[in-house]
Amino acid sequence: MTTPATPPSPPYPAPASGSPASVPTGEPVPAVPVRTPGLGDAVAAEWTKIRSVRSTMWTLGVMVLLLLGVGLLTAVTLRVAESDLGGEPVLSLGFFGVLLGSICVITLGVLTMASEYSTGLIRTTLAACPGRGRVLIAKSIVFFLLSFTVTTVTAGIVGVLQTAILDAESPSGGEWLRVTVGVGLYVALLGLLSMALGTIVQHSAGAITIMIAVVLLPLVMAMFMFTPTLTSVRQALFEYSIPSQLAALYDTAMTLPGPSGWESVAIIAGVTAVAMCGAFFSLDRRDV
Amino acid sequence: MIELDGLTKRFGNKLAVDHLSFRVRPGMVTGFLGPNGAGKSTTMRMMLDLDNPTSGSVRIDGRRYRDLQEPLTHIGALLDAKSMHGGRSAYNNLLCLAQSNRIPASRVSHVLDTVGLSAVANKKSKGFSLGMGQRLGIAAALLGDPEILMFDEPVNGLDPEGIHWIRNLMKALAAEGRTIFVSSHLMSEMALTADHLVVIGQGRLLADTSMADFIHENSRSYVRVRSPERERLRDLLHAEGIVAVDSADGTLEIDGGAPERVGELAAEHRLVLHELSSQRASLEDAFMQMTAGTVEYHAHSEQDGAQPPPVGPHWGDTWNSGTDPGTGTGTGTGPGTGTDTGTGSGSGDTTKGA
Repeated sequence: MTTPATPPSPPYPAPASGSPASVPTGEPVPAVPVRTPGLGDAVAAEWTKIRSVRSTMWTLGVMVLLLLGVGLLTAVTLRVAESDLGGEPVLSLGFFGVLLGSICVITLGVLTMASEYSTGLIRTTLAACPGRGRVLIAKSIVFFLLSFTVTTVTAGIVGVLQTAILDAESPSGGEWLRVTVGVGLYVALLGLLSMALGTIVQHSAGAITIMIAVVLLPLVMAMFMFTPTLTSVRQALFEYSIPSQLAALYDTAMTLPGPSGWESVAIIAGVTAVAMCGAFFSLDRRDV
Repeated sequence: MIELDGLTKRFGNKLAVDHLSFRVRPGMVTGFLGPNGAGKSTTMRMMLDLDNPTSGSVRIDGRRYRDLQEPLTHIGALLDAKSMHGGRSAYNNLLCLAQSNRIPASRVSHVLDTVGLSAVANKKSKGFSLGMGQRLGIAAALLGDPEILMFDEPVNGLDPEGIHWIRNLMKALAAEGRTIFVSSHLMSEMALTADHLVVIGQGRLLADTSMADFIHENSRSYVRVRSPERERLRDLLHAEGIVAVDSADGTLEIDGGAPERVGELAAEHRLVLHELSSQRASLEDAFMQMTAGTVEYHAHSEQDGAQPPPVGPHWGDTWNSGTDPGTGTGTGTGPGTGTDTGTGSGSGDTTKGA
């Protein structure tokens, strides 16, 4: 294989003093095994990275709190006011929490890559793993699975609680699937898009700002397009803005005749795939 | 073994590294010396495939870096102390590196022990001092037990004991037959650790020589005499066949002379001496003279920053002459006379009075 026979590591001279516990064990540590590292090892490394920083806990923790807090608050308020849903499906109450929570996933997505640049860790990472595509794929897998799982599970719990609080008619299986797996996929893909942007921009604050603009700007712009000649543009901006796409998954009255639930997921998946290709070329070609 | 072949890197109009070709051989410490901005770090980044060369190539044990399966087991590098995530513990910073190269986790504790950071293994690395960060970076370089080790300015931020430790570590690693490549901008530091020297300035190779040769060619020793009766002293010396040269600060310099002989002559003729010392031109002086034309960032302010610094004398043209006003009067470090801090101490035995 590729590794030369490595002798057992000898005890290096210990630091003279000043640092406590500086005596080396003196025991030979097993030589480095002769195996070719693959994607699995890169994924293990990225999992260690993502679980060992505070920002993961903060962003995902805040997201869970937002989903639960906003979702339950709306349900309880409706219950106390004893007003009915006006024909809206009960699960649509989860929408606002998810919309807010997606900002947290965007932040985590950007930070997953951009923090490597801001700390200088990227050099260490790429020196250890010169296959840059492998680093990007491993990061994507770890981040996607983590944010998908957290979003899907939390959205499911919120849905169950809302249905229970409001004593509503049980939603259909299709509805359940859309607001759990569908929303989980959508939010996680949005996070991946942020990660791709973080890779291209290489700057945390810059990439987060751009992503928030991507989420909000189409809606805001559409609001100010009063000119009749721009009607079709305005309509497209409304229908295909990220909040509208997300709302489509909930099938609310807010939903415009734009994409339906699963189409939203397909659209964001397409956009993310393109951004990921850009991220790969950016990472592969540029100096770090 | 690291081989560079015509390595070139251009940033826009600026040629950062200019056709560098040299080899870093195993079993010795190779010092990579150059003033700030000479292209040392860029060269090292290209060696690790972090920067793409404009042209030329780097081979690590005959292979391209990208073709190394588990690079950390071939080559370990300390690039700068801040190449870690501050929010992560020292242990986890190393663990993710180990995992990506299939290095057993037990090795992480071992290298933390080696660099003396076991006690703070679970502390976040952003709380580390510069010296501790440097030790963590060294631990990362040692992680895969590699045959080749690269250190970019490893003594930066280390206390005297840390400097002593890293010196011994590099020597011990080289003695095991490993290839050690260490960059520095301090000649005095290199004089104490390196067996071989590669000097660059403005990206160009200025010297590729053994340390012993460098010292042999550059450690000019001379005697310095100061006297209120300079002319009389000179005539006296001349009569004895000793050639004394006037130096810029009004003293006389005698190349390769013995201070005893000069002292005895002065005493015989009841001549007042204010200074009699044996001097050695420091390696630092030789290095500065070698790179004088290539220093990127001069301390004095230049109005026209775009103008390139004047190209100085070519390598080897003047550094032996000793007539350059910039040298010859220093009391810098000779080989082996430096202190642990690397700041050097005077090697002249100064005798005052007559």
